[in-house]
Amino acid sequence: MRFPAIAAAAAVLLSACAATPPPAAPAVRINDDPYPSTYVRYPGVLTVIRHATVFTGDGQQINDGTVVFGNGMIQAIGGPGLPSPAGALEIDGTGKFVSPGIIDIHSHLGVYPSPGVEANSDGNELTDPIHADVWAEHSVWPQDPGFSRALVNGGVTAMQILPGSGDLMGGRSVVLKNVPGRTVQEMKFPGAPYGLKMACGENPKRVFGSHDHMPQTRMGNIALDRETWAKAVAYKHEWDKYYAKGGDMPKRDLTMDTLKGVLEGRILIQNHCYRADEMANMIDMSKEFGYHITAFHHAVEAYKIADLLRDNNICAVMWADWYGFKMEAYDAIPQNIALVHNAGACAMVHSDDPNGIQRLNQAAAKAMAVGQRAGIPGLSEAVAWEWLSRNPAKALGILGVTGTLTAGKEADVVLWNGDPFSDYSRPERVWIDGAEMYDANDPHKRPVSDFELGQPGEGDVK
Amino acid sequence: MIRSVATALLLTVAMPAAAETIAITHATVATGDGSGPIQNGTVVIRDGRIVAAGQGVAVPAGARVIDGTGKWVTPGIVAGFSRLGLTDVSGGAAGANDERADKSPFNAALDVAPAINPNYQPIKVNRADGVTRAVVAPQAAHNIFAGQGAVIDTGADMDPITKARAFQFVELGETGAENAGGSRPSAYVLFRNALREAAELTRFVNPVSSSAAGEPDARLRPIQNPNESRLYSRSADRSQDVLLTRFDAAALVPVLQGRQPLLVHVERASDILNVLELAREFPRMKFVIVGATEGWLVADQLAKSGIPVIASAMNDLPASFEEIAATQSNIGRMRAAGVKVSIGMIDDDESHRDFYERQYAGNLVALQKIPGATGVSWGDALAMITSKPAEAIGLGGEIGRLSPGEHADVVIWSGDPLEVTSGAEQVFIDGVQQPLDDHQSRLLERYRYLQRTDLPKAYRP
Repeated sequence: MRFPAIAAAAAVLLSACAATPPPAAPAVRINDDPYPSTYVRYPGVLTVIRHATVFTGDGQQINDGTVVFGNGMIQAIGGPGLPSPAGALEIDGTGKFVSPGIIDIHSHLGVYPSPGVEANSDGNELTDPIHADVWAEHSVWPQDPGFSRALVNGGVTAMQILPGSGDLMGGRSVVLKNVPGRTVQEMKFPGAPYGLKMACGENPKRVFGSHDHMPQTRMGNIALDRETWAKAVAYKHEWDKYYAKGGDMPKRDLTMDTLKGVLEGRILIQNHCYRADEMANMIDMSKEFGYHITAFHHAVEAYKIADLLRDNNICAVMWADWYGFKMEAYDAIPQNIALVHNAGACAMVHSDDPNGIQRLNQAAAKAMAVGQRAGIPGLSEAVAWEWLSRNPAKALGILGVTGTLTAGKEADVVLWNGDPFSDYSRPERVWIDGAEMYDANDPHKRPVSDFELGQPGEGDVK
Repeated sequence: MIRSVATALLLTVAMPAAAETIAITHATVATGDGSGPIQNGTVVIRDGRIVAAGQGVAVPAGARVIDGTGKWVTPGIVAGFSRLGLTDVSGGAAGANDERADKSPFNAALDVAPAINPNYQPIKVNRADGVTRAVVAPQAAHNIFAGQGAVIDTGADMDPITKARAFQFVELGETGAENAGGSRPSAYVLFRNALREAAELTRFVNPVSSSAAGEPDARLRPIQNPNESRLYSRSADRSQDVLLTRFDAAALVPVLQGRQPLLVHVERASDILNVLELAREFPRMKFVIVGATEGWLVADQLAKSGIPVIASAMNDLPASFEEIAATQSNIGRMRAAGVKVSIGMIDDDESHRDFYERQYAGNLVALQKIPGATGVSWGDALAMITSKPAEAIGLGGEIGRLSPGEHADVVIWSGDPLEVTSGAEQVFIDGVQQPLDDHQSRLLERYRYLQRTDLPKAYRP
């Protein structure tokens, strides 16, 4: 890197006394993907599930449905008349349900793993409120036993791992396939864009303000965010100029690299924000600096501004019924998800919790049922499944390849032993890219992390 | 209502403000005693108590009849271990949280009863989801002893206490070790020393019966809290070798004498066995184990001990080194071994989301279909969130079942209560129909529609 820069500087000096300046050194492109995914799908067999109730993930329900997948892809979806390809493994789904794999857009598995001891606490770089330079993937411990619980009990096939919310800008997220790996690279969802975790409200001002460090207030939160975005706009301008004209390579700044990615639309804003008024402020800030907010996470007051979220094409990521655990969660209501959905905005459930991630289907069931009891129209199980896979996939930028049971998409599929909107149902089999990663009837099809080997309960049902 | 006022005061039982005679008919009824649901059942409530529940029950003349067709009726949920009513907002709102006292000089003497605020939203939210009673424990701050917990009801009145000082709560696992200065050995020495100091104070006991023989000195009168006599006794010199305040030592006297259950939080299998050893060493004490995530590893010993267990239902992560063997089958395996086990919310947002217990109970039923897992029957699952925690805490026969004579805590559900898709439609506590509105329901009304109106939202109902 240094030599072209020196050469370019020399060229500038020379140009002062030359009639026609020599061309500037061509720009060197920075590698945007220096820690690339090495995930390769595991082998699967051509499979046909018949006579199951199928939630396609995009609002449709097929009774006595048929799902065909092979070569890692969904091949066909249909009714009982759909023919089976020759040589396919036939699974009788009578009384069972098939859905897309659940996608949790908000998880800290791997960065706050089990056991939750200090030595494993790698989720939040609380040394400065602006830490867009850190990447969650560099903290993810692939041996977190929580990944396997999310798979076998929760039917979770992909998730976004986020840094914590103590910083205004907590760092880059990483999207993972829920497939055990020796390295995080072996789990990284190929092609999934990065996210930038931002946070409103109580957490940053508490973490830093309690040490007499900015931010100490909500206005301090916004001021520091704006100051940072203003720098990022200038940084992007500098690099745009460099890439267009070459010459001296600007000095790299890893925080600014991430923010530049946001301004270019390559990195998605995943914004922890509880209160309606704060979400509105964040929306204005995004317009001031020219970026788009993909999703507000923990948006417990999304129902108050569902119209604003809809009009700005921003998703709301919500719990079914968490409330009151902090002041900014005081106005949480269980009808939040149903109301946001009903307003035409993009709604989804999330866990933020290694236990909750195992029961996201039940979270959706609660949100649907409480919405129905409140008389909110248009809610059904098939529709509510959008909150579990389609909408999270949309907000992660991977809807083109997963999130619905659509021919040509990756075969991330769960066979449930009953209606997944019932407490009495559990995943029976789970496929990721068409490879069977869990079978309740086969103890060998149950991942066991390194940490659990030789421990009491190794390989137990969990 | 039939009880005398004096008796009611003595038991500090919340009496109904307007108890009616009510008959809920044609419903699916589950009594909470471990049996399965009964079709076309009737539940009769009178004077705040259950009169009868089951099939073929006659509707008394003059009763208000509620048609329960298509509905399910059960006892109200008893949150087996909770911090309900101690906090409105958990974090960042000083003043709204009485769960723990980090700067208090006291520990075992702390009594949560005066902190319970029946107007706090978590009481209302849980009531609206069918939780009618809760075992409420303080949180240990800087000692192994957390203090004395209460059993409360969630009724919309200003008398929430079912039983004050219902138990003492102690940490003897990882938290206990940390609070004791850094190790389990330290926790056990602190524990034994505390009992020694309490034993020393038992010499100054004034028998409770003395209250009947006149009350010569009000300060010596063994009032509601008999420990206070030990605080005031003029001859109550203590040895110089004490760590506990007199208040704290006195609070442990009823524990030592077996008149107040001791809830012990342990998770690890070896810690559980240590508690069983303590139970052998102190045979008069009434131990209840809380947590017990690794209980299944020592289920036979637990069963043999007869010690009740209030466990987390869904722990399946090695979240700490005392929970390495965690599995959702823990409760099922303990139950199968004959352990008296019920469900509690242990370090699980127990101040707010106690209503998760019915979801967890349903999930334990689901395990019956998982090869290699051990679930529980539907009837057992319901009992684990109604009668079993009541029995563990010494209130069996009073709350938790639809049995004649028990408190009429009754919930009419839209469907199977172990399904999260079902909701509580009508809730009765001590026979009194409860309001089910709260901050959340009012917000829903306000923001149900977002269209701009002639006045801001703040002016709408």
